[in-house]
Amino acid sequence: MGKVIVVTSGKGGVGKTTSSAALGAALAQNGEKVVVVDFDVGLRNLDLVMGAERRVVYDLVNVIQGEAKLTQALIRDKRVETLYLLPASQTRDKDNLTSEGVEKVIAALKKAFDWVICDSPAGIERGATLAMRHADVAIVVTNPEVSSVRDSDRIIGLLDSKTLKAENGERMEKHLLLTRYDPTRAERGDMLKVDDVLEILSIPLLGIIPESMDVLRASNLGAPVTLADEGSAPARAYFDAVRRLKGEALPVTVPGEKRGFFGKFFGRKAA
Amino acid sequence: MLTKPRPIRLKGRSFLALSLAPELPFEDWLAGLDDLAARSAGFFLRRPVVLDVDGLDIDKAELRKLVDDLSQRNVRVMGIEGARPSLLGADMPPAMSDGRPASDFEPPTESEADEAQDAPAVETIAAAGPAAAQPTASLVVTEPVRSGQSLFFPEGDVTIVGSVASGAEVVAGGSIHVYGTLRGRALAGTTGNGAARIFCRKLEAELIAIDGFYLTAEDMEPDLRGRAVQVWLESNGLKTGILG
Repeated sequence: MGKVIVVTSGKGGVGKTTSSAALGAALAQNGEKVVVVDFDVGLRNLDLVMGAERRVVYDLVNVIQGEAKLTQALIRDKRVETLYLLPASQTRDKDNLTSEGVEKVIAALKKAFDWVICDSPAGIERGATLAMRHADVAIVVTNPEVSSVRDSDRIIGLLDSKTLKAENGERMEKHLLLTRYDPTRAERGDMLKVDDVLEILSIPLLGIIPESMDVLRASNLGAPVTLADEGSAPARAYFDAVRRLKGEALPVTVPGEKRGFFGKFFGRKAA
Repeated sequence: MLTKPRPIRLKGRSFLALSLAPELPFEDWLAGLDDLAARSAGFFLRRPVVLDVDGLDIDKAELRKLVDDLSQRNVRVMGIEGARPSLLGADMPPAMSDGRPASDFEPPTESEADEAQDAPAVETIAAAGPAAAQPTASLVVTEPVRSGQSLFFPEGDVTIVGSVASGAEVVAGGSIHVYGTLRGRALAGTTGNGAARIFCRKLEAELIAIDGFYLTAEDMEPDLRGRAVQVWLESNGLKTGILG
């Protein structure tokens, strides 16, 4: 039985889709069988980021409404064999997502895959609540700035009340993924500090993804950053995040503070 | 015999009744009442009236005569307040107690009289106040209160072991204790409890209020920010003090 992960944030533009694609690809690169499901009906983007936009025939809404079989709608990635995409519909609207339909699709995907990654739309309306409803684990994507943090806090509240797990009295496992972290701006004090974000949201940190041109370049290429440039800083951060997601206790390094840390380390040795 | 015995249903209900307070001598007071009735016919029609005889030195016969005089004027007395038990016979309206004062009822002017006649005879009033003898209820929350969440506990105190996020709201009938950072709104003593207080380990609140008196973040002293603070109410408004 696979694990269902929802990648959510409340606020738009913080990197949900980029992170869904990168984490999905990173897991698949480790040999896991992964499907990434785009819940952003009407504003789909995941197919672009994963470079599958020219191969979309059927989508999530078709499957839910019984117009296509799940196997017909799934798109297999050309670069990684175990990575699949279930695209969203661009022409329908969110009202076509029904709770029962989503439940059926998720249950079927859980049987066939190790990881089901649900890329949630922004906002707190139907699309977002349905994306999180059947999840086992939530990844809350947050930028180190106040509006994003507040929206994430709101989403965490919904994760604790509006999901099946919460309604059954269980605890939803939540992780914070801090994205678009800019070391130079952090140094100038233009961004919220990592500790402040963690203090406000009080959920465990899955990783810090540095703001990087590599991410934009990868998106334009139609490849998750972990596939486009495995050695880049954001790709390595996503690979580390995946290791933590799988339960490994790996300390999180704050980008930009690395040098400071080693500096201190060597400094102490020299003294 | 009943095959299906159905329980008798008893329900509590409160209504707004007019309270008439007659004055001695009754002849003069009744003349005044007649004058009012002449100006607005049917003012007392269908209205439940409680007779308040508190402090009047009268005997049983006088009270009985007053009730009869009133019923002749179409004033139906549903109960008598403030009378000694010895004044009330079995054929008299029952004694009323525990009435709560409401706003004064103005006799209608002539133009309003017709409307008043059609107005509904009874109005429900708010539920009775909290029982005095009960210990203060309290609610302990061991998780952070998230943005968009509203914690509503009119019964008493709220203690939060964690933070209250920006955009979250805690409303308590009693005091509010936050063992964390208070970033959202805290409204204490909302059921009219001016003795309620707000305590927090770190003040970053958007709004604090006690019994309707409030302070927004802008109005708070800047040097309170980030400090452990308590807030209480004095006659001239909210007071804040740094703890420890």
